[in-house]
Amino acid sequence: MSTATKELTKQEAFLTYLLRLADDRLILGQRNSEWCGHGPQLEEDLAIANISLDLIGHATALYEYAAEVEDEGHDEDHFAYFRDDREFTNLQLCELPKGDFGFTIARQFLFSAFSYFQYERLKEAQDEQFTGMVNKHLKEIKYHLRHSREWVLRLGDGTEESHNRIQESFDELWMYTDELFYMDEVDEWMIKEGLGVDSSEFKDEWKKLVEDTLTEATLTVPDWDQFMMSGSRKGIHTEHLGHMLAQMQFLRRSYPDAEWK
Amino acid sequence: MENQEKLDEFQARIDAGEKIEPKDWMPERYRQQLIRMMSQHAHSEIVGMLPEGNWIERAPSLKRKLVLLAKVQDEAGHGLYLYSATETLGIDRSELVDQYLYGNAKYSSIFNYPTMTYADICAIGWLVDGAAIVNQTMLARSSYGPYSRANVRICKEESFHKKQGYEMLAKMASGTPEQQKMAQDAVNRWWWPSLMMFGPHDSDSPNSAELIKWQVKLKTNDELRQHFVDRMVMEAEAIDVTLPDPDLTYNEETGHWDFGEIPWDEFWNVVKGNGIMNRDRMKARRSAHENGEWVREAAVEYARKKKLREEKAS
Ligand SMILES: [Fe+2]
Ligand SMILES: [Fe+2]
Ligand SMILES: [Fe+2]
Repeated sequence: MSTATKELTKQEAFLTYLLRLADDRLILGQRNSEWCGHGPQLEEDLAIANISLDLIGHATALYEYAAEVEDEGHDEDHFAYFRDDREFTNLQLCELPKGDFGFTIARQFLFSAFSYFQYERLKEAQDEQFTGMVNKHLKEIKYHLRHSREWVLRLGDGTEESHNRIQESFDELWMYTDELFYMDEVDEWMIKEGLGVDSSEFKDEWKKLVEDTLTEATLTVPDWDQFMMSGSRKGIHTEHLGHMLAQMQFLRRSYPDAEWK
Repeated sequence: MENQEKLDEFQARIDAGEKIEPKDWMPERYRQQLIRMMSQHAHSEIVGMLPEGNWIERAPSLKRKLVLLAKVQDEAGHGLYLYSATETLGIDRSELVDQYLYGNAKYSSIFNYPTMTYADICAIGWLVDGAAIVNQTMLARSSYGPYSRANVRICKEESFHKKQGYEMLAKMASGTPEQQKMAQDAVNRWWWPSLMMFGPHDSDSPNSAELIKWQVKLKTNDELRQHFVDRMVMEAEAIDVTLPDPDLTYNEETGHWDFGEIPWDEFWNVVKGNGIMNRDRMKARRSAHENGEWVREAAVEYARKKKLREEKAS
């Protein structure tokens, strides 16, 4: 009888860890890029495009490193263009449709707040190439957090309509937040090797930042104890991801022998 | 009052190559012509985000996705500087935006053509940004200070856009048979519209003489178009794409390339709103504006409340 789960190697764990980080950023960046040309005002067209650009840039750097760690001759595009839904390990939070501007902002705030605490700790990882990347990206994450937090305040404490809209967005997004803190054997390996972070260590800080911001925005903090979604990190997704990948990958896959860089 | 003396003085400043600044006296007609031209330029940058934005999500590599996203973001930036420059003439951005969304202000017709394949993105970078550079390099020397400075800034970024488009088009033109076909097809479809970007022939361009007298423009439509054709013929040769004009011939006498008759019927048809994408472009911009209203209102209301709180506190 074969064992149900084969022993995870350090290399496999690190590769998975990098891909999870990268997939979140590619999928959210791709989603946000849908705003380009359609923002509520020109300044926000610029800001959201900028955030997308950062996120996809971070994903690209992470995929490049993942390709090195994997060492099978792949490049960054392999991970973005030649994997299917079940192989993508991004959070469901990142793949949900863009919604209205408030929904995009609420999601960005929840995600950027998490990234901020996560990257603050990843700075200490025992791998210079990795921390070089982390430090560079952290600067941009701080900007994303500031930008989205300011908009949460504006919309929450703006008009009655904006208040109701963004409240509804947070209510809808809430069940996707628990997955931010999901950990498994991959994380255990990485923590043991001094490469990853234990997200339970900053869960309270993250919650406090979120609660304080929502309160300042005169919003109601939804119930943390409600039903929470799970499965993203094992490749379980909403139906939205498949459509996004179909669109994102079609040209590259239609002409796989062509040079597109 | 616009007495002759003032007008002469103004013309003398223009002729001496001085820049006109927002606080300077200027003829009302000069102000109006600038508002029309500058806002049209700004609207074009914004509408121009749509045909290219159409391929961000489908760009064929991460690198190309980043390049395209950055480019479209630059165009939003161009729109922003141009609106700010236009505001120095005493008109609000919101009024200008209303004029093109709901009134009869125009934007460049080139953006009413569809981007059907990814090669269109490359052809646009090469031809459309290329034509824009020819035009904007001239406008960078325009007599109105803020417009001139905005164009200096814009030109730097447009050169980059053109380079990226041209390089990728070259790659496709020497790539797989399918890529080559896509590249040539894109050039075939974008060539004539890019020539039309310079506007009608001088003989059909009623504003031209006045704009040149005031050095808002320094060259005529036909001069600029000829300059563009001469350059593009060389650049097309270098990457092995064919320009779809059997009449292109080098004229020894003039030292320029002669070209065939521009399909003006098509041009006027698109100007009148019958381009394949006219309706969609306007719909997309209007719905962005209308769907964004609650956001803009919230920002204003939040700022008001915040100010009130700060006043109370002090
Ligand atoms: Fe531009
Ligand atoms: Fe332009
Ligand atoms: Fe451009």
